[in-house]
Amino acid sequence: REKMWGILRQRGIDGGGLSLRRTRSASVSARSYAAGSKEMTVRDALNSAIDEEMSADPKVFVMGEEVGQYQGAYKITKGLLEKYGPERVYDTPITEAGFTGIGVGAAYAGLKPVVEFMTFNFSMQAIDHIINSAAKSNYMSAGQINVPIVFRGPNGAAAGVGAQHSQCYAAWYASVPGLKVLAPYSAEDARGLLKAAIRDPDPVVFLENELLYGESFPISEEALDSSFCLPIGKAKIERQGKDVTIVTFSKMVGFALKAAEKLAEEGISAEVINLRSIRPLDRATINASVRKTSRLVTVEEGFPQHGVCAEICASVVEESFSYLDAPVERIAGADVPMPYAANLERLALPQVEDIVRAAKRACYRSK
Amino acid sequence: MALSRLSSRSNIISRPLSAAFRRSISTDTTPITIETSLPFTAHLCDPPSRSVESSTQELLSFFRTMALMRRMEIAADSLYKAKLIRGFCHLYDGQEAVAIGMEAAITKKDAIITAYRDHCIFLGRGGSLYEVFAELMGRQDGCSRGKGGSMHFYKKDSSFYGGHGIVGAQVPLGCGIAFAQKYSKEEAVTFAMYGDGAANQGQLFEALNISALWDLPSILVCENNHYGMGTAEWRAAKSPSYYKRGDYVPGLKVDGMDAFAVKQACKFAKEHALKNGPIILEMDTYRYHGHSMSDPGSTYRTRDEISGVRQERDPIERIKKLVLSHDLATEKELKDMEKEIRKEVDDAIAKAKDCPMPEPSELFTNVYVKGFGTESFGADRKEVKAALP
Repeated sequence: REKMWGILRQRGIDGGGLSLRRTRSASVSARSYAAGSKEMTVRDALNSAIDEEMSADPKVFVMGEEVGQYQGAYKITKGLLEKYGPERVYDTPITEAGFTGIGVGAAYAGLKPVVEFMTFNFSMQAIDHIINSAAKSNYMSAGQINVPIVFRGPNGAAAGVGAQHSQCYAAWYASVPGLKVLAPYSAEDARGLLKAAIRDPDPVVFLENELLYGESFPISEEALDSSFCLPIGKAKIERQGKDVTIVTFSKMVGFALKAAEKLAEEGISAEVINLRSIRPLDRATINASVRKTSRLVTVEEGFPQHGVCAEICASVVEESFSYLDAPVERIAGADVPMPYAANLERLALPQVEDIVRAAKRACYRSK
Repeated sequence: MALSRLSSRSNIISRPLSAAFRRSISTDTTPITIETSLPFTAHLCDPPSRSVESSTQELLSFFRTMALMRRMEIAADSLYKAKLIRGFCHLYDGQEAVAIGMEAAITKKDAIITAYRDHCIFLGRGGSLYEVFAELMGRQDGCSRGKGGSMHFYKKDSSFYGGHGIVGAQVPLGCGIAFAQKYSKEEAVTFAMYGDGAANQGQLFEALNISALWDLPSILVCENNHYGMGTAEWRAAKSPSYYKRGDYVPGLKVDGMDAFAVKQACKFAKEHALKNGPIILEMDTYRYHGHSMSDPGSTYRTRDEISGVRQERDPIERIKKLVLSHDLATEKELKDMEKEIRKEVDDAIAKAKDCPMPEPSELFTNVYVKGFGTESFGADRKEVKAALP
């Protein structure tokens, strides 16, 4: 909502001052992504996904603050109002509890709303509808009332937006049975997961990341097809490795990949897993990887206590205890509200060097 | 709007009228005009006429169904005290006229959503006594297969969307259903019911604002029974004129103990909402029971008040007087009807008591529509696991 976000968006600067514009080495992209010479930003990936699903199914409609005439606070819904008209794209007043409830009610009655939260921090004003009205309805009604709704928007830290605008909600939403919680990283993730979410008959919380919107990723022909869809509940191995497993999601996948490159220089081969889906959590892929490497580093931006990493660590300790050669490691946001000053903000978020250090610890290497 | 009441009337009568009736009343559709007991009070609209068009059949069916609802709720009280119903149980006795009058004015394409005092609304929408008692006792043939409980009855095929435990949440949800009706061009409306307690919820005003902005066919029905749990309306609301609280949204205050006033108001509201967007109906009603079974209901109001309402305003008594004064049945015939109803309720309870509880595997069903085979866990995850279908 603040104008300064627009400036930060254009610069594409992350909290740590590192540019996330990917001038990645060709080897990483060739290995990690389906070969393709096309590139797409996450923003365009999301926009095209919503566009295609709206075109395919007249029951899909978009609702949220500034999604229509303003073209979207982050331009994710750009062009949709012009293309589909005001009967498919609805600008709402700043009343999250009200419009989220209306979205859930519309889903009860068979429509397929895509409700945008300008950021997930504002979803707290509507959280009763997400949890009690949406997540639990299919169960309480023994299957009579399903809720095919998608709640989407930017989640987690942006840059310099302070404590009330920087929280990560992955852990909270992913703890709720009846919800599905997705977190894309790349453009392919964004397209495939959002399309899957919109088609899904259950309520989906779709956690995007503001700082990834402007990032470009290679994208395959397959991913550009309008029928493209990624499975919900399946993680992706972004980089194969044999010495340590690094598990993370969203923006931290990029940091983990950078950390893996640094570790490779020191002879440590890291396997990087991009969760894609926080709920359902792909425990099978995570555990299979740890059984191969014997070491686990989990990374998230959100608060450390009771976080996503805690669940992953618990799962691995429970299911793959005898395979572990080192204690499980968690790298997370600092256990403090997000400060504003740039240096403090940097300290409050995981950095590449934190991931490298934790991986080395798991490998019993000194700094 | 042609009054094709027969085709539009919801299927209230679950059984043919008693054979005890010598006259062929069951097919008697002789029109009758009933005057409402009180005039309507209007806000930003012209109130409807006090003359309500009805018929012999409707009058008798009102009596029968309300008596059935009353008996059902009293029986639920006993079952709760016998510990066969657990948790929360919010009873509707005293408020039956609202449920019945509303059904008489609308079709099953029109939607209803309410809070947790939902047993009679469910019955009015075509639910069966057996489904009600089985659900209350947590049995597998309950309307929510035992998974919901008293506060979570649904009947989607009759556009009844529950049954909600969070005070006020059902109002935006109802406006969302109205949104979908408009989006799909269904020419139907949604009645979002709430109490005088919920009337102060912020989300209600948010939903009303959007409904008015987007011209949604939402009808907000405040069942003002004058107490939000133990708090009297004057202690909770600076302005207890709930029908006026919509500000720019028209409203109507209705005698909620008069089924015909309710019917007239709902008919009026439906016509209004389809043309002009949202409207608020305030039903002046009363609950004989406390807020729930754990509330005696007499610590914040006097027994005299309760018995006074029962004497002066009981909705079933009012219909009974009309039936008798219009010579549609004798006292004895009505008493026989009540006996039959009692038996019907007792039979349903007996059948529900025999129904088994849900299978343990039901713990893990309906978490998702599409579970993709995800794992879900019981209390001891190494002991109890399930793959969600």
